[in-house]
Amino acid sequence: MAASASAKTLFDRIWDLHVVKDDRSGSTMLAIDRVFLHERTGSIALKSLADQGRRVRAPQRVFCTMDHIVDTFPGRGDDTRMPGGREFITTTRAAARAAGIHLFDIGDPDQGIVHVVSPEQGIALPGLTLVCPDSHTGTVGGLGALGWGIGSSEAEHALATGTLVINRPRQMRVRFEGRLAYGVSAKDMILALIGAHGAGGAVGSVVEFAGSAVRNLGVEARMTLCNMAVEFGAFSGLVAPDDQVLDYLHGRPFAPQGRSWDRAVAHWRTLLTHPEARFDSEIIMDAGCIGPRVTWGTSPQHEIAIDEVIPDPAAEADLRRRQGMERALEYMGLKPGIPLLGQPIDAAFLGSCTNSRLSDLRAAAAVLKGRRVAPGIKAICVPGSSRVKRLAEQEGLDRIFTEAGFEWRESGCSMCFFAGGESFGSRQRVVTSTNRNFENRQGPSTRSHLASPVTVAASAVAGRIADVRQLAAAGQG
Amino acid sequence: MEPFTQHRGIAAPLLRINVDTDAIIPSREMKRVSKEGLSDGLFANWRYRDPRARTENPDFVLNQPPWRQASILLSGANFGCGSSREHAVWALKEFGFRALIAPSFGSIFEGNCVRNGILPVVLDEAVIGRLAAAEEANPGRVLHIDLESCRLTDAEGAMHAFDIAEQSRYLLLNGLDPIAATLAEDQHIQRFLDRDRRERPWVYELPSA
Ligand code: SF4
Repeated sequence: MAASASAKTLFDRIWDLHVVKDDRSGSTMLAIDRVFLHERTGSIALKSLADQGRRVRAPQRVFCTMDHIVDTFPGRGDDTRMPGGREFITTTRAAARAAGIHLFDIGDPDQGIVHVVSPEQGIALPGLTLVCPDSHTGTVGGLGALGWGIGSSEAEHALATGTLVINRPRQMRVRFEGRLAYGVSAKDMILALIGAHGAGGAVGSVVEFAGSAVRNLGVEARMTLCNMAVEFGAFSGLVAPDDQVLDYLHGRPFAPQGRSWDRAVAHWRTLLTHPEARFDSEIIMDAGCIGPRVTWGTSPQHEIAIDEVIPDPAAEADLRRRQGMERALEYMGLKPGIPLLGQPIDAAFLGSCTNSRLSDLRAAAAVLKGRRVAPGIKAICVPGSSRVKRLAEQEGLDRIFTEAGFEWRESGCSMCFFAGGESFGSRQRVVTSTNRNFENRQGPSTRSHLASPVTVAASAVAGRIADVRQLAAAGQG
Repeated sequence: MEPFTQHRGIAAPLLRINVDTDAIIPSREMKRVSKEGLSDGLFANWRYRDPRARTENPDFVLNQPPWRQASILLSGANFGCGSSREHAVWALKEFGFRALIAPSFGSIFEGNCVRNGILPVVLDEAVIGRLAAAEEANPGRVLHIDLESCRLTDAEGAMHAFDIAEQSRYLLLNGLDPIAATLAEDQHIQRFLDRDRRERPWVYELPSA
C-alpha cells in the first residue's frame, strides 16, 4: 500500500530507505545491508558464484556461521553424524576464506545458530535489511531489523550485487493487548495466533507485532515472536525498536560505537509506525486470555491450549483442512477428543533459533531447579550460540540442566531438524521448543509437539505433556 | 536459463495442503554440495515405501502411469512452505516439472521457482479441484499453459486466466539471469551507495574479516 509521507508504517520507513530503483514492472531493487550464510546452503551459493566468475560485492557486510549440520556433542570437530556433512563444512570454510567474509567457525567463541548470532553480535541492527538463505531470518525483526529468508540463487544475487529485486509485500499488524499470565510466553502468543488464523494467515504480508503485551516483552522474546512469523506465512515480522533494544545492542561487537552510535540512535528513534498509518489487515489478540499452547499435529496451526482436547476433524467443514487433520492425527498417533495434557513423551528438546537464548534457558532452568527429568526420558538442551552457552555456564545454568538429567550440548541447530544424522527415532514423542512440527522434521516418523521452554521443562520432569502452572502449584504446595 | 513461453504437459494431482519443502526433498536427501542429483530424492518419504531401499510406493501419484511423465503438478494451498532450501525446486526441475499449480505458494519457494525457470501458477482452489478430478477420471490429459497471455487451457478447451508478478513473468519469458540484469544497472546501485554512506554511515563501518 502506498502510504502518504506523513503516515508511514515502520515497514514503509525501512523499505523506502532501501529503494535503489523502482521498476516499471512493479518490482523494486532493494539495497541489502547484511547477508548471512550458513554451511548448509551458503556453501552452494558461494561455490556457484565463484564458478560463474563473480565476486562478493561487499565482503565486510557478509557473514557466515556453522550451525545447521555441525555436531553438537562435546569435543566436536569437522566430523558430523550427517552423511557427507564434513564436505559441507570444509567447502564452506574454504569458500568463506576465499571470499574474505567473516566466519563464525567451529571452535569460535561466538559460533552459533545464525539467527541467534546476528542479533547478539550487533550484526543485525534496527532499520537494516538482512537476508539469509534460511526461512527464519525474520527473527531479527525483534530488533526492528527487516530480515527475510531467501533461496540460494537469491543469495547469489544479494552477494554479487548488494541488492535484491522483489515485490513490496502487503502489510498486516497484529496487536497483542493485555497482560500475559504466569507461565505464558511469546511462544504461546505466536502459536495461539497461528492456530486462530492458520499457517497461511499472513501469506504475502509483512507483519508488525504491536500492542501492550508486545511492548512488555523482552528483546529476546520479541525475536521468538518474529522467528515464527514465517510459520504464519508472513514475509517477515517486525517490532518497533525502543529503549530496551538500544540497551540490548549497546557494546555488541559489530554494533556502531562512539559518535557513530549516537547518529545511529537518532535514526533508530524515528523507526516507528505513525499513529495514522494504514495496514492492509489487522488482527487484535487478547494476550491475557492466552494460556500455555501445544501443537497436536504436523502444522503449527494444529495447536490448542494445553487444557483443551484434540479437535475432531469431522467437525471441520473445509475438506482439505479436514484431510490434513486426519493425516496429522495418524502421523502423530493421536485421537480426537482426548487431552494432550498427560500424553506420555519419550523426549524433550530445548534449543533452536526460536527458544535457545539466555532468557529461554533461564526460564526452563527455573522450572528444573531441584527437580529431575522423569526416568527414561531423553532430554537435551542445546544453547543457541557458544556465547549463550558461556553466559549460561557463568550463571551455573548448565549445572541445573545436567543435575536435572538434561544433556548439555555445544551450540547448533542440532535436532531442530533431521539432516540424516542424529534423530529422536521413529514414533518417538518429543516436546520441543522449536518452530516446526512437520512430518519427519526431527527424524523419520518422529512426533513433535511444539511448546514453550517452560512447557518443555515441565513435561520433561513429568514424563508427560505437562502444564507448568500445575507443576508450580504442586511445588509450592 | 531456458525461457518459458508456452508449455504442454500432463498434470499430476497431489491435492494436499501445506506441502512443505522438506516433504518435497527431505533434508537427508541433500547429500552433497551440489544442485544436481536431487530428483531421485523428490518426495522421497511419500514416493518410496522404504526411502533407503528405494522401494516404490505404488499408491503415490508419481509412481503411476501416466503421471510418471508429468511436467505439471496440481496441488493444495501453501505449496512449498517451510524451509528455504532451493533443493526443492532443483529436485522438481530435474524430475521434469515445468509448472506448478496451487491456490498459493510459500513465498521463498515461489521466488526460487522463477529463478530456476519453473512457472508457479496461482489458480482458485475450486478450479484446481475440477482439473484434478478430470485428470483422475481420465489420466494423461494434457494441459496447455501460455505465459504470454497468462492463460491455462484444459483438455476440454476451457480457459483459466492467472496472475503472476510482472517481474517474474519477464524473467521467465526471457529466460534471464537476474544477476546479469541487475549488474547492468550498476550506476543506480553506485548512486544509492554514495548517498546512503553519507546518511547511514554506521551501516558501512565494520571491521574487515
Ligand atoms: S535452529 Fe532450526 S529453524 Fe533455526 S535455523 Fe537451525 S534448523 Fe532452522
